[in-house]
Parts: sequence; C-alpha cells; structure tokens
Amino acid sequence: MKNFNITAEPINNQDVIDSVVHHNAGAISVFIGTVREMTGEKQTKFLHYEAYVPMAEKQLEKIGIEIQEKWPNAITAITHRIGTLQISDIAVAIAVSTPHRHDAFQASRYAIERIKEIVPIWKKEHYIDGEEWIGNQQGTKSYPAGHPEEGVER
Amino acid sequence: MMINILLFANLAQQAKSERVSIEVKSPLTVEEVRNLLQNEVGKLSGIENALVAVNEEYVDLTDQVNVGDTVAFIPPVSGG
Repeated sequence: MKNFNITAEPINNQDVIDSVVHHNAGAISVFIGTVREMTGEKQTKFLHYEAYVPMAEKQLEKIGIEIQEKWPNAITAITHRIGTLQISDIAVAIAVSTPHRHDAFQASRYAIERIKEIVPIWKKEHYIDGEEWIGNQQGTKSYPAGHPEEGVER
Repeated sequence: MMINILLFANLAQQAKSERVSIEVKSPLTVEEVRNLLQNEVGKLSGIENALVAVNEEYVDLTDQVNVGDTVAFIPPVSGG
C-alpha cells in the first residue's frame, strides 16, 4: 500500500499504521477523524466527500515531505476516504512514526491541520434540514450560494 | 486548441458540470481563463475565493496557462 491515499473504500487503520512501522521508531502517533453527528444545533445525517484525487494525493505526499523536514526520521502515512460516509465512519487516518514520542504527537497534529489547508478535498454536509458544502474550516466559511433548496434530499 | 477546466464542490454544482473545455488561440493568464469560463457557463459565485491549480500545482492569478493545460478551480477545502 502507498503511504498517501485517497480511497472510496472504508479505511483500515491498521494498514495506515503498518505503513510507518520502523525499527528505529520509538513512537507511532495515530490521528483518526470521524464523522460527527451534532455540530452546535445542526444535526448531520451523513456526509459526502469529494476530492481532486491525483492532486490530493500529491498534496498529501507534500505534507509527508514537510513533516520529514521539520521532524527528521519521521515517517508519515495518510489515507482519506471520499464518497458517502455515515455517522462515526472514519474520514481520515494519519499515522506518524518517529524515534521519540514528542515529535510523533506534534507531527500528527501538523498533518491534520495541513490537510485542512492545502489538500483539495471537500465535505458536503447533509443535515436533517438541508445540505451545504463546507469550506475553510479555519474560518468556517461556507458558501450558501449555489446550494440546492433546503431539504431537497430528505 | 483547448484548455481543460475542472470544477469541484459548489462551483461544479453551480456550473452543472465538473469539466469545461474552452477554445483558446494563444497562452493566457489564469485570471483570463477564469473570465472566459464564466462567459461559457455563467457567473460562478465564490470563484474569486477559489485557489487555482494548473496541471495539479497551485498557481497565481497572473501565471500563464498554455494550450493543453488542465486548470482546476479549488474552492476552500474542507477535508479531514
């Protein structure tokens, strides 16, 4: 398995972890992003993720390179799922192995924050009472224009 | 001679298409492509907030697009 993947299949966390096992690693930090039901008052029914797949995989690789530059000897693997996901499904799994634990914790955090900045993947929330494409979670800026009518997909 | 344009998320939804090809006679800037695209499919709300990638690499609005390139408009991302 490649270290950086966009997949339409359910994610197997162990595959991602296995990709970073190394005899000089003393730590593997794993981050798993899952589908949340309640965001404030909003109730999610399910999510849809879309990606510009070839570029998204390249950008994930870039994150791996950035991590290696910041934390020498770190090995990174990231798999992000696309398509329709249900509540509690795994959207993304990140594993980083490093010689010492401190770097592994920092690097796995760095990876998820960078995904939210530079990787062309989009999430569409399907709420109980409507749907919207979510953009820029740093500013939680979404784009009401171009949405279908509220409650189209009941 | 064509350039290929890829649209995603709310931009694709508005354009009712994920792929648009436009005929060009000579190299042009990313910004010119953005204008030509909207002449073709209509005004795309939010496209000014989209990043642009040419052949899968992020570029600036002033960068040049050549015939045969693939130009992707990348709305604010929301992976993870």
